Amino acid sequence: MDYAATTYVDPEVKKEIDSYFTERFGNPGSFNYFGLEAKNAVNDARNRIAKILNADSDEVIFTGSGTESINLAIKGVARALKTKGNHIITQKTEHHAVIDTCKYLESNEGFEVTYLNVDKYGLINLDELKKVINKRTILISIMHANNEIGTVQPIKEIVKIAKKNNVIFHTDACQAAGYLELDVKRLGVDMMTINGSKLYAPKGIGLLYLKKGVPIEPILHGGGQEFGLRSGTENVPGIIGLAKAIEISERIKKTECKRLSKLRDMLINGLQGKIKNVMLNGHTKTRLPNNANLSFLGVEGESLLLHLNEEGICAATGSACTSRNLEASHVLLATGLKTEAAHGSIRFTLGRKTKEEDIKKVIRVMPKMVETLRMLSPIHVD
Amino acid sequence: MLINMGQKLKVVETEKTKEDGNWFYSDVVKDHFFNPRNFLKDKNAVKDYDGYGDVGNVLCGDRMDMWIKVDKKTDKIIECKWLTWGCASAIASTSMLSEMITENSGMKIDDSLKIKPIDIIKRLGNLPKIKYHCSVLGDQALRTAIYDYFKRSKQHNRIKEGVQ
Repeated sequence: MDYAATTYVDPEVKKEIDSYFTERFGNPGSFNYFGLEAKNAVNDARNRIAKILNADSDEVIFTGSGTESINLAIKGVARALKTKGNHIITQKTEHHAVIDTCKYLESNEGFEVTYLNVDKYGLINLDELKKVINKRTILISIMHANNEIGTVQPIKEIVKIAKKNNVIFHTDACQAAGYLELDVKRLGVDMMTINGSKLYAPKGIGLLYLKKGVPIEPILHGGGQEFGLRSGTENVPGIIGLAKAIEISERIKKTECKRLSKLRDMLINGLQGKIKNVMLNGHTKTRLPNNANLSFLGVEGESLLLHLNEEGICAATGSACTSRNLEASHVLLATGLKTEAAHGSIRFTLGRKTKEEDIKKVIRVMPKMVETLRMLSPIHVD
Repeated sequence: MLINMGQKLKVVETEKTKEDGNWFYSDVVKDHFFNPRNFLKDKNAVKDYDGYGDVGNVLCGDRMDMWIKVDKKTDKIIECKWLTWGCASAIASTSMLSEMITENSGMKIDDSLKIKPIDIIKRLGNLPKIKYHCSVLGDQALRTAIYDYFKRSKQHNRIKEGVQ
């Protein structure tokens, strides 16, 4: 139950792209039969995605990942507008792809970045946003839904504020894509990032929706593919796979949202009912249908993951003990969670193959694990 | 979708992972984590201990309490009980340390003061490099408990300066 980390490739997607690895292997840039075949396939994928996003097809830029799409959006626009201003606004629970890109621009290229605070549910404060916008503000980047706690930001409201102040707005929709609105006109965004590996498409493919007229510079230089914005031979199977995957996820979005919300609530209520001192992290209502992030007080998350893994259950934790820098999750800490509770957090993210019996199993096996670990612990939570 | 537990994964190393270590635990670590030895089952049953030490704090992600019982005639640690809040490495390291100092009718206090984190790591069949620091806590807790015993038994001469 770690679908927010990545998904398997949908068999329908795999079927559609298989021949592009072997028989139809052309380079879309080649002036020959195979090249045209590949170019047609890429154009067709671009058209299909544009239709779903309610965008023009030349507003869809394929990249190598969600991270690359974010880097292109933030660095690209910041550098293109550096004569206009040097102020960027984002918020504290963004993915590292956003935060670290902003930090890089701060320390290396003279930009100033405001990291907005979030409340205990992980929501930004719109008044704070209005207050920090100034004449030098050139870009706002706020994620649609959070990857750790699933909190959904009020994107349409944020867009209104950005528009009113004539500031370009980007959203990281990597986690939101399968579940929330993707229509860029209805959302009103100028740029939006989507990633295949969270959408049952292959890994190694992402995209940036880039509204016409948004000033941007490429970060990769070379053959001039993707309208000069992303040089490098196109990942043809990835691009076709992403188109197919987005079509499928749009088709089943409504029913999956309903089904997963029910399972998510069953999981949260079941665990909180069976185990004492379990806190829900994130928002109770405005959260992704597939995300349940819980802190098991008095227990450390990595220990719990190991017990879960032994039962065949895959999950994730915000504990410092599994992070490379040995720091607890910046998202949980930003919501004001105490370090101890952040260390005891477990993230379950559900997906297409999650069944009711899986949820029941987690609820059945977890109380004993938590009890065992609490027995070993010198910290009393009662 | 749950994992098929019939599949056991072997760790594939590269030059870099050999240098940095990886995230995977040895079978010994897992054994001590899933079946911890000598932990304090009954939190009220620690009245007649000879030394007590607590180290770490929850802000850093681990915290440990340790109780020892000493045979005064032989100067050996005959019992060691502990409680740990921390990751699998911290739990397994403490469990292994408690076994090392109480096995074969107990270890001489002077010998147990010589135990280094690396000795625990070796007995555990190694830890991921990034987790080495977890084994330090047990070593510190034991030292604190032994010094507490020295204080209680008025053996102040055995407490080395500069060591907590």
